[in-house]
Amino acid sequence: MMNRWRVFKRLLPLMAGMALLLSACGRDDLSTLSPQGPVAQKQFDLMTLSISIMALVVVVVFAICIYVLIRFRRRKGDNTVPKQVEGNHTLEIIWTVIPIILLLILGVPTINSVFGLSKDYSKDPEAVQVTVTSHQYWWEFEYPEYGIKTAQDLIVPTGRKIQFKLASGDVTHAFWIPSIGGKIDTNAGLGTTNKLYLEFPKEGVFRGKCAELCGPSHSLMDFKAKAVSQESFDRWVAAMKAPVAMPADENVKAAFESKCLSCHAIGETNAGSAAPNLTGIGSRQTVGGILYNDEKSVEENLKNWIAHAQTIKPGNQMPDVSTDVSYGPGKGTTATGLTQEELDGIAKYLASQKLEY
Amino acid sequence: MAAHAHTVKRYRGLMDWLTTVDHKKIGILYLIAGGFFFLIGGLEAILIRIQLIKPMNDFVGADTFNQLITMHGTTMIFLAAMPMLFALMNAVIPLQIGARDVAFPFLNSLGFWTFFAGGVLLNISWFAGDIPDAGWTSYVPLAGPMYAGGHGVDYYLMGLQIAGIGTLIGGINFMATIINMRAPGMSFMRMPMFTWAIFITSALIVFAFPVLTVGLVALTFDRLFQANFFETGNGGNAVLWEHIFWVFGHPEVYILILPAFGVISEVVSTFSRKRLFGYSSMVFATVLIAFLGFMVWAHHMFTTGLGPVANGLFSIATMLIAVPTGVKIFNWLFTLWGGSISFTSASLFAIGFIPTFVMGGVTGVMLAVAPADFQYHDTYFVVAHFHYVIVGGLIFGIFSGLHYWWPKMFGRVLNEKLGKATFWTFFIGFHMTFFIQHFLGLIGMPRRVWTYLPGQDFDTMNAVSTVGAFLMGIGTILFIVNVIVSAANKKPVADDPWEDGRSLEWSIPSPPPEYNFKQLPLVRSYDAWWNEKQKGNTEMPPAEPVGPIHMPSPSILPLVMSIGLFAAALGFMYDHLIVAIGGLVVTFGSMFLRSVFDDHGFHIEPEEQEKGVHA
Repeated sequence: MMNRWRVFKRLLPLMAGMALLLSACGRDDLSTLSPQGPVAQKQFDLMTLSISIMALVVVVVFAICIYVLIRFRRRKGDNTVPKQVEGNHTLEIIWTVIPIILLLILGVPTINSVFGLSKDYSKDPEAVQVTVTSHQYWWEFEYPEYGIKTAQDLIVPTGRKIQFKLASGDVTHAFWIPSIGGKIDTNAGLGTTNKLYLEFPKEGVFRGKCAELCGPSHSLMDFKAKAVSQESFDRWVAAMKAPVAMPADENVKAAFESKCLSCHAIGETNAGSAAPNLTGIGSRQTVGGILYNDEKSVEENLKNWIAHAQTIKPGNQMPDVSTDVSYGPGKGTTATGLTQEELDGIAKYLASQKLEY
Repeated sequence: MAAHAHTVKRYRGLMDWLTTVDHKKIGILYLIAGGFFFLIGGLEAILIRIQLIKPMNDFVGADTFNQLITMHGTTMIFLAAMPMLFALMNAVIPLQIGARDVAFPFLNSLGFWTFFAGGVLLNISWFAGDIPDAGWTSYVPLAGPMYAGGHGVDYYLMGLQIAGIGTLIGGINFMATIINMRAPGMSFMRMPMFTWAIFITSALIVFAFPVLTVGLVALTFDRLFQANFFETGNGGNAVLWEHIFWVFGHPEVYILILPAFGVISEVVSTFSRKRLFGYSSMVFATVLIAFLGFMVWAHHMFTTGLGPVANGLFSIATMLIAVPTGVKIFNWLFTLWGGSISFTSASLFAIGFIPTFVMGGVTGVMLAVAPADFQYHDTYFVVAHFHYVIVGGLIFGIFSGLHYWWPKMFGRVLNEKLGKATFWTFFIGFHMTFFIQHFLGLIGMPRRVWTYLPGQDFDTMNAVSTVGAFLMGIGTILFIVNVIVSAANKKPVADDPWEDGRSLEWSIPSPPPEYNFKQLPLVRSYDAWWNEKQKGNTEMPPAEPVGPIHMPSPSILPLVMSIGLFAAALGFMYDHLIVAIGGLVVTFGSMFLRSVFDDHGFHIEPEEQEKGVHA
């Protein structure tokens, strides 16, 4: 025990240096190297511990390697035959035992975290329960305790454990918010539902990604996790449950109901459908997960998305104005054929769907 | 006289290559085919890197990109790396153990042709316009009939199934060869390290490939005959595919790396003029790595959701592999220690291998830490890791082995200047491409992404990585130039061109005669040839008198059988049962012919041996 601690202490400065070096790059809301929550922090600590041990190994091997190559290179015209050595028991025992010790130093905290990070808070009344369902190429978040469903923007309160139950509606995806915690697959089929808990101590928006190849637009299957205060979260829950008015213009309303609501839901209308819930879409961070509303206005992004969804996210299950869905279970869903007025009207209506929270 | 009972059958020109059962020629065939697929896979890699050179690039589309990554991975592993290893196995193993051929020469030829048929089948998907696109792991449901319509994944399944037959046959053949055909006096603990590596690799193939076969059959049934092994909607289980794939897939990576370990052991020892340090611990370490290799498949599935008990066990089991691997690394370093190291192209690749592989190895241990793997998994960190072990390990090993054994295979020495240029461009390009990818992964870039949004700090690193990929491409081209230049150079090569050869292959002419050894050698120690030279002998002591040498007859049947399987696969895929049955009739008919008509081969008489029969 004593011995192990001494090795560990010697590693400490190295670890500190490594941590500093590692956190120098990447976005704070995206990088695993700038953990923004205790889960990512624990994983980051393990990463620095392992990188430090491994850096030590690499340094030793490189040093021996360079020394050997310089010291024992063949001089011109040297034809002597070096001594033929069979082996050396002491040395061989040393380089078997030292790695075992290093692995013990790494293995104990590993096992500790394996169990620590797989705790299940689904029966904990203090925790917020979220059911995640992944689809090609969007994320559905259901809050069973509150009876609400949203998509693409995961809203969570700070300071509470968030317990996720994850499954897939189609192919295997993986749910990953790098700066908050590691990923877990979302599997389709009976008996393969996964659980994961995360914590968001700080308010802010964190980037989430799909990490398992899931089709052509896998790389565009981003989502956002927005951590807000408990009060704000409560206001959001209430706003999500408030009734939603349909578009005022009759033509737009007709087009919206026949073209959009055949798959999507908004407010109480059509709840339980298979496409992203549109309630409060005007206050989301992005449209479609990748068109940022702080770069262009929501309305512009919505227009672009509704008109060109198949170009923006190839192979997704939503037809756009002129392209059918040609792939996956939505195959054969025909182009919406919305007129310019209908499109503008719908975009304007959806952009106005903002939630106060 | 029995020796005259059978006529000598020989073909010339192209027909000679199509019918050969000679392990040296089959080795060359493997090298040509594997090299060809390596170029295709490399081209795919370059296209992938061009697409990723800048954010939101539209060089290739999303569909094409997924096809490229799938074909790149599948081609490189099954059609480039493994065949090039088989090339070295074929070229070297019978020579190293002092045998005249492999145990089953006919099977050897069949193994090559089925691999080739499978490889061609997989790659004609590019011309059929129906290309596999679910990744080389082909995870279901993405690779299932619902989400991968068309025949893309069918090409993957059928191509790998047929190529897999070839690999399995090869594995069985080399196991039998090494067990049964060692020269008198060559006990197991006198076998060269490369032979040991191939022996253990063959055992891995024999145990791992049937698993792949089963998985491929099940998925083929799902796709072609509406079975429900993996159809989640009908009660199938998609996680089952992941298990099957990785129960095969993890040993597969050891099938790839162990032969490279063997090559490095030979090259390091030869070019430092020293006996391999800790030979017996090297053997034991290799056996242990192979054994543990079957115990760790679920570390590819930490995020699948197997629960903490499984994740914990597989974490620790995976870490354990670092111990025998470390033993090997230090044994190589201490073989060099006190030696007299000459820096030829072959030894440069071997020496470059050691630190590079260590870097790939340590990231492997990092990945074994399951909770941290939740962050690394399916990111560019993993991409960097496995390219470090597969390119930095295996491909460096293959390049090293090729430069080392080229004179024995072709009777020409590769140009040293070009060889060194190959090494440096490839080595620098490699580290430039992949080192930086570790960091890309850590700052949040998932793997298998066809593009990425700007403003995520990914741009510069991706651009650097792409430049590195081009350097690797240049390195590969330099190697091809070297091959052409050396082919034009007609200077004959000595039996032992490196002068420090240690094992039996260096005691016979380069290239060896058709029958390899005129008289089987008597092996009196480990490093047999080196020790005879030290005693002042100029050839191995013979273990038998000069006499007629029995040789197997060439045969066209392996090629015909493979064509039959190829046609049958296409028939099943496109629902033309007549073609499918016709193909199977051809294959089984050939097997019938082979079984019914005995061919006892022929003998090469001593008079003819004097004239020198070259392969």
